[in-house]
Amino acid sequence: MTAQNHASLTQPIAGQASGLSHEDHERLTLHVRRYLYVFYALLFGTLVTVGASYIPFGNHAINIAVALVIACGKASLVAGFFMHLISERKLIYGLLAFTACFFLGLMFLIISAYADFPRLTVTH
Amino acid sequence: MDIPFVVHPRPDTGLYNAKVGIWIFLASEVMLFGALFSSYILLRVGAPEGYWPRGWLNVPIGTVNTIVLITSSITTVMAWASCKLNQFGKFKVFHACTMLLALTFVCIKSYEYHDKFTHYEITLKDGRIADGHIVANNPKADSVVISGRYVQDRKDLYDLEVRKAPHHHEEITIPRNQIADMESYGPWHNTYLAIYFTLTGLHALHVIGGAIVIGFLWGPGSKLWETDPERFTNRIEISGLFWHFVDLVWIFLFPVLYLI
Repeated sequence: MTAQNHASLTQPIAGQASGLSHEDHERLTLHVRRYLYVFYALLFGTLVTVGASYIPFGNHAINIAVALVIACGKASLVAGFFMHLISERKLIYGLLAFTACFFLGLMFLIISAYADFPRLTVTH
Repeated sequence: MDIPFVVHPRPDTGLYNAKVGIWIFLASEVMLFGALFSSYILLRVGAPEGYWPRGWLNVPIGTVNTIVLITSSITTVMAWASCKLNQFGKFKVFHACTMLLALTFVCIKSYEYHDKFTHYEITLKDGRIADGHIVANNPKADSVVISGRYVQDRKDLYDLEVRKAPHHHEEITIPRNQIADMESYGPWHNTYLAIYFTLTGLHALHVIGGAIVIGFLWGPGSKLWETDPERFTNRIEISGLFWHFVDLVWIFLFPVLYLI
């Protein structure tokens, strides 16, 4: 799918009320088929996530990493196709880049605070 | 006077205004859930070895709820595509499905909450701990009946992964005069349940809020289709973006709370 092809889907379609051109109809039908493929991939990803949690990797950290990697993949599909982020305007990307920076900053500050004990503090 | 840029994009942003608005709102939502996720991480890494609960939630039920929410995401996007294709009848069907799936999700979540609120940990005066679901708890009766088991050490309650060690549950009658402490598995029970109820409760509120908006657009709000179908289609897209975000949050909540 090209970005231009997908972008046009989120724009108003000329003459929407009165009827679509054959090309627009074909294009939209193609997108609907792609949404279904994404849906199947999400279902498959869910089953893989559950299945992987039963596999003894030896280290629980690996189970956590596998589950989060699959979750990131599923989230990318939802954001990319269902939320049309695969071909959005620059303003939205800019907004999300700011959000990502603040989100990572939030995570960094809180996680780094975990190790920030006063001297001689008894920890587990 | 007409409100500008509700259908056609602004020349400078290339977007209609509501779309910019919903993305700014979703950015604030990312920070809200991000703060709670980071709290979860902090609580988890700070828990002493062996004291972070495992297997406390029902994985098959969680899996079903995940599939329900993913299915509601596809029906939402199909409802929007139906509007684009001028198929208003199909839009109605798809969004009715979305509402039913949202209701199913909330019902399943309520069942899970009920399961936790009827699950009790009872500390006896002799030091033993009885753990299980309430069968009878009449305040006027001299005893409490639970379906569960006895443990000597509270630590035995933390790893309940049934797949590893199935527990034998039996009906236990406990005289009230032997009970030192009795507490349900509500958010007050421990930090795991506190963050579980906070995260899933906030998420469930989003599901309910989104379902109300979708319900409005499916019902009285759908009259706009007759006068301004493009504007109506944009409203469906905006509500859909919110709904997909709710799905996206659950995609992370499910493995974090249920599986790892």
